[in-house]
Amino acid sequence: MHFSRLTKFATGASLAFMLGSVAHAASVKQITGAGSSFAYPLYSAWADQYAKQTGVQLNYQSIGSGGGIRAIKSRTVDFGATDAPLKEKDLKKHSLVQFPTAMGGVIPTINVPGVKPGQMVLSGPVLADIFMGKITQWNAPAIKQLNPGLNLPNMRITVVHRSDGSGTTFIFTNYLAKVSPAWKKEVGFGKAVNWPSSGNVGGKGNEGVAAYVNRIRGSIGYNEYAYVTQNHMNYADMINRAGQRVAPTAANFASAAANADWKHAPGYYLMLTDQPGAKSWPITGATFLLVPAKPAQPERTKAVLKFFDWGYTQGRSIAEKLDYIPMPESVVKMIEATWHQDIHPTIWK
Amino acid sequence: MSANSLFASAAALRARRLAQGRRMDRLFRLATVLFAWGVLLVLGAIIVVLLVQAWPAFSRFGFGFFTSTAWNPVTENYGAASSILGTLVTAFIAIALAVPISFGIALFLTELSPRWLRRPIGIAVELLAGIPSIIYGIWGLFIFAPWFADNVQWRISDTLGNLPAIGPLFQGPPIGLGWLVAGLVLTIMIIPFIAAVMRDVFDVVPTTLKESAYAMGSTRWEVMRHIVLPYTSVGVIGGIMLGLGRALGETMAVTFVVGNAHDIHASLFMPGNTIASTIANEFTEATTVPHRSALIALGLILFIITFVVLALAKFLLLQVERGQGQKA
Repeated sequence: MHFSRLTKFATGASLAFMLGSVAHAASVKQITGAGSSFAYPLYSAWADQYAKQTGVQLNYQSIGSGGGIRAIKSRTVDFGATDAPLKEKDLKKHSLVQFPTAMGGVIPTINVPGVKPGQMVLSGPVLADIFMGKITQWNAPAIKQLNPGLNLPNMRITVVHRSDGSGTTFIFTNYLAKVSPAWKKEVGFGKAVNWPSSGNVGGKGNEGVAAYVNRIRGSIGYNEYAYVTQNHMNYADMINRAGQRVAPTAANFASAAANADWKHAPGYYLMLTDQPGAKSWPITGATFLLVPAKPAQPERTKAVLKFFDWGYTQGRSIAEKLDYIPMPESVVKMIEATWHQDIHPTIWK
Repeated sequence: MSANSLFASAAALRARRLAQGRRMDRLFRLATVLFAWGVLLVLGAIIVVLLVQAWPAFSRFGFGFFTSTAWNPVTENYGAASSILGTLVTAFIAIALAVPISFGIALFLTELSPRWLRRPIGIAVELLAGIPSIIYGIWGLFIFAPWFADNVQWRISDTLGNLPAIGPLFQGPPIGLGWLVAGLVLTIMIIPFIAAVMRDVFDVVPTTLKESAYAMGSTRWEVMRHIVLPYTSVGVIGGIMLGLGRALGETMAVTFVVGNAHDIHASLFMPGNTIASTIANEFTEATTVPHRSALIALGLILFIITFVVLALAKFLLLQVERGQGQKA
C-alpha cells in the first residue's frame, strides 16, 4: 500500500476508463450529501466549479451537522458532513469512514468602547472565566494584566453565545475545556452546552451572535473567521499554547493543522484546538466528512471521493477566497491513504 | 298515452329521484363523518407519536422534568421549567396588551371611524396578519430591540425598577432582549387576529339593539359595554383564544428576541426562552436520544398547554352562554 498518490490516481483513472466503456452504471452524474451548515458555502462553491469541469452535480442539503450524521447513518445520502467529529467507536458501529475536508477558526468577537480590532489580547483561562461569569467587568485585574497599555472601561461584560446547536460552539467549548479545568468540570463541551453565566444572551446562528455583539456595549461572543472578516467585526487576539500572542489569520489556522498529530488520531478524531506551534491559533477546528466504509453503491462513494480529491487540490483557491483554510498537503496525503485503507476495496476496482 | 300512465311515470320518476337523493344524502353524510373523525384520528395519532418519542425523557427524568431548570446537553440532563414559564409569561404579556388594543381598534372601526377610513385601516390590520413571523423576528432583533433598549428600557428600570414589590420585574442590563420584548413583538403579531375577529362580530350586532340603547340616552361606551360586548362575547372570546393560540406556539419571531437562555429570572428584561424557541434552536443538532426526546417532550407539553387553554375557553364560553340564557 505504498504507492504514491499520483500512481494510485493514474491506476484508478485508467481502471475507471477501461471499466467505463463496459459498465455504464459507473458513470454517476449526481452525488448527494447533507449536514454542516458551516461547510455549505465551500461545498457549493466547489460543486459549481466541479460541475462545469466534469458534469457531475452535487446536491448538498445544509441541514446541520446532527442532520448530516443521521442522514449518513441511515444511508439516505452519499456522504454526511459534520463539524463535530464522531468518535472511532461510533464510526465502527455504523461502518463509516471519517476525514477532515477544510478548516476554520473561531474568534472571540468583542464590543468594548475604545478598543479597536486586534488591540486586546485574551488568554484561554481568562476567556473561560469570562464565559463562566467569574470575570464580570472589562477592567478586571486578569484582563488588565494581559493588556497593560489598554484603557479598559469599567463596564459589565455581557456574554453572547450561540443559541442553536452548532459546530462553532463545539470547537469553542472544546478549547475552553482544554485550557480551563473548571470549565471542563462544570460545563464540558458540545454543540450545545449549559452556559453558566447568568444574564448571558443566545443568538441564533453566526448572524445572531454578530448582531448582539455589535449592538450590546460591553459584550463578548464568538464567531467563525469568515463571518468576522466579511463583516469587519471587532475581535481579540489570543495567547496560544506556546505562550505567544497570535492574531486570527489563515496562516495561523494552518499552523494549528500542520502541528496537529493526525497520525495518532484514529478516525481523524482530532480537535485542532490548543495545538502546539508558536504561530498556531488556539481555537481552530476542521469540518469533517462521513462516507460508508462498505458502500452499497461503490461507484457513488467513489464519485464522492473524486469530488473531494478535486477540492483538496484544485479547490484550494476557492476555499481561500471564501476564508476557509485548505487542509495542508501533508494531511491530504494521509487522508487519501486512509481512503484506500479503510474503504472497502470494491470501490477501487 | 293516457293521463293515468303519465301520472304513474311521473310518480316513478319522482320516486327514483328521491331514492337517488337519499343515496346522495347518505354518501354526503358518510363523507362528512369521515372528515370529522379524520381530525380526531390525526389528533390522536399526533398524541401517540409524541408520547412514544417523549417517553425516554419522561421515564428518565420523571416528574422532575417539569420542575427542573437544568438544560445541559453535555451531561444529558434536561428540564422544561424555564421553557414552560417563558411560554406562559410571553403569551400572557401578549394577551394582556393585545386584547385592550384590539378592542380599541375594533371599537373604532365599527362605531367611531368615519366611513371612508374604515377600509384602509381594516386592510392595514389584515395586512399585519399576513406578514410572515420571520420578518417580525428580524424587525424585532435589528430595529425594535435596539430602540427599546436605548430609549425605553433604562427609563423603566430607573423608575419602576426601584419600586418595592414589582421592582425586581424591571431590573436588568439594558440589552433589549428577553421576555418583555418577546411579549411586545407577540402583541403586535396577534393584534390583527383578535382585532379582525372582534370587528367582524361587532358588525353583526343588530342596529336596532344599538339604536334602542342610544334612544334611551346611552353613551357610546355604555352601548359597547352593555349591548355590543354581551351580545358578541362568544365571538370575542373566540378571537382572543385564536390570538392566544398563536402567541403560545409562535416560534421564529420569539427565537430572535427572547434572548435564548435556559434560565428563570424575576426580571422581564432578562433573556429567557420558550418551548417553541428551544425546539427551533436545538432540534437540528439534537443527535442523542435523551436530547431529542426532551425536545419532543417539550412539544408534547406545548400541545397539552394549548389543549388546556382551549378547553378552559370552551368552559368559559359555556358559562357565558348559560348566563345569557338565565337573563333571557
